[in-house]
Amino acid sequence: MYIALIILCPLAAALAALLPSNRRRPWLLPPVAIAHLGLVLAILAGYGGGARGGWLEIDPPGRVVLLLVSVLFLLCSFYLAGYLCSRADHANRVFCSCFLLFLGAMTLVICTDNLGLMWVAMEATTLSSAPLIYFNRTPQSIEATWKYLLICSVGIALALLGSFFVAYSAVSRGMTPSLKIIDLLRQAPRLNKVWLQAGFVLLLVGYGTKMGLAPMHSWLPDAHGESPAPVSAMFSGALISSAFLMVVRSEHILYAAGDGAYASRLLIFLGLLSMLFAAIFMIGQKDLKRMLAYSSVEHMGILALGLGIGGIALLGAMLHVINNGLTKGSLFLSVGNIDRAYGGKTIPQVHGAMRRLPLSGTVFMLGFLAITGSPPFGPFISEFMILNGAFAAGHFLIGAAFLFLLLVIFLGMGRTVLAAVLGRAPVAAARNNYRDGLLSGLPALGALLMVLLLGLYLPPPLRDLLHQASRYLGAKP
Amino acid sequence: MMMTLNAIFVLVILINLFVLGAGRMKALIHAAALQGILLGLLPPLVLREAQFVPLFMALMTVVLKGVVIPNMLLKALRDAHVKREVEPIIGFMPCILLGAAATGAALVLAGRITPSASPLGLLVIPTSISMLFTGFLLLTTRVKALTQTIGFLLLENGIFVFGLLLLGAIPSLVELGVLLDLFVGIFVISIIMHHINREFASLDTRRLSSLKG
Repeated sequence: MYIALIILCPLAAALAALLPSNRRRPWLLPPVAIAHLGLVLAILAGYGGGARGGWLEIDPPGRVVLLLVSVLFLLCSFYLAGYLCSRADHANRVFCSCFLLFLGAMTLVICTDNLGLMWVAMEATTLSSAPLIYFNRTPQSIEATWKYLLICSVGIALALLGSFFVAYSAVSRGMTPSLKIIDLLRQAPRLNKVWLQAGFVLLLVGYGTKMGLAPMHSWLPDAHGESPAPVSAMFSGALISSAFLMVVRSEHILYAAGDGAYASRLLIFLGLLSMLFAAIFMIGQKDLKRMLAYSSVEHMGILALGLGIGGIALLGAMLHVINNGLTKGSLFLSVGNIDRAYGGKTIPQVHGAMRRLPLSGTVFMLGFLAITGSPPFGPFISEFMILNGAFAAGHFLIGAAFLFLLLVIFLGMGRTVLAAVLGRAPVAAARNNYRDGLLSGLPALGALLMVLLLGLYLPPPLRDLLHQASRYLGAKP
Repeated sequence: MMMTLNAIFVLVILINLFVLGAGRMKALIHAAALQGILLGLLPPLVLREAQFVPLFMALMTVVLKGVVIPNMLLKALRDAHVKREVEPIIGFMPCILLGAAATGAALVLAGRITPSASPLGLLVIPTSISMLFTGFLLLTTRVKALTQTIGFLLLENGIFVFGLLLLGAIPSLVELGVLLDLFVGIFVISIIMHHINREFASLDTRRLSSLKG
């Protein structure tokens, strides 16, 4: 099963590169997505198979992220099929192949137990997704691609150095070095603390760059803002969530070595800093996609905060990975529709979206309420758990700062969103004949409904998955 | 054997200082290529035995870092008609001095951070730090996309040198993956540079500043 899951995407990418028809090629994506989700569900249900030579192995937090990546890709694949067919004048051979390779690389990041292979796969996600940003061939998108490629490659290079430092911390104590997480966790109490801590800082900076934690987030608004909507949705829902998974794994090694407090301080600091940066840039933000990108920075900060606080907050953070991923998917897809209807994504241009596009406008509005933590949507529950954890652990100041920043972001984001969705649409936009379709509207609506469901009722299998993850990471349930 | 190793490390450090002072693009690329070839020679020297897999990896490193990647960069150079780096944000001379100071500091600290029983001698970690620092200086102070790419290459080289300490613990699959990523990375970067050059008629990254806020 694991082997099939890993091989599926490169095979499909090769097939996409061979197909001659620009119009039929995008329709390859939905079947691949369904097969991917099927394999993931089979693995999660325990049909994974036995020993695999120690390369392919999913830890419990990885299972949570893998499920999210697969579901989000399914939604995006249908959207993409419609999107690419409506723009069949654009060659999409490279785009489709790279999109599938991107999914394959992310799957490999999640499904392996070796820090080195994780790094190789993470760098592969950067390389395979760079051409996706450049789909629209505008000067701005080249600029975004260049920044993404260089900043992320350099950041990730530091993570490789960090992985080496962590492995070297065994050498300096006379143990056999290993990059396998299982070995590292077993050796953890006896590892050399200095090298281990230095390694963790490099891993945090490296994967934190990819995750979009401030102050290493500078590539994120550009890349999210300039790429096509489904690519932004995969970036902010799946890619940066798998980078968060890498931070979780790094923290776990340090925690097992008895240095959890050191990691916590760093994570809480970076988490609050990210929320602060996001709040500053979201107030008065005119560009809808960049606003959502800063919201991603904010939510990655919330995840780092939850991980740093631990306990019930850690469980909240694992739930928040799913909530944030699905809500961001829904928001980016609906903004993509708004962008196509208005021919732009900035505020004076976009006005009255709820009348112009009843479905996408409404989904965007409700998605805004969901992402800012309003009940009855999922993020409310997970953010509440993180807040609860902060107070339970006695971090009253941190909890207060968290609440204050959430409020500022709600107000800042609300101003922009209300200006976009309310009122009467400008005449120029009404003349554009773009309408909500099944393929463009339903994926966004589907993601939003899932978020609503997660707010009202947590399905038992998912609850077990989350509890296993937080138990594995050492938090008391 | 230790003599040969140390000689290579010293050469590699000298190349770092040369790179920091070089203004001609071609010289930069040739220096990076020479450094890549020297690095490829290190693992077999450290292992001291002729096994197939390490020798194959060494060959791959030499071919990729010494021939293939420099040729891709030279092609990008020809396309873009760039000859020299413009005067960097921090001048060439201060850059060399900074690089020399960092290398010196790393050498002074070397005795403390390397365990005395290391079979590689004391120069591994200082060399690695010197290359990382050089890479970062190129990435932050130079404005041409091509020079920044070479900075990235040096950064990767520095990590490769640190990886020598873990020789044998890093599975060949991972080593091969890292090399492949580097190759594909430079390949994608040179494609994007081609587009930058076509769109902005220059490889000057200061022109890439329209996205803000």
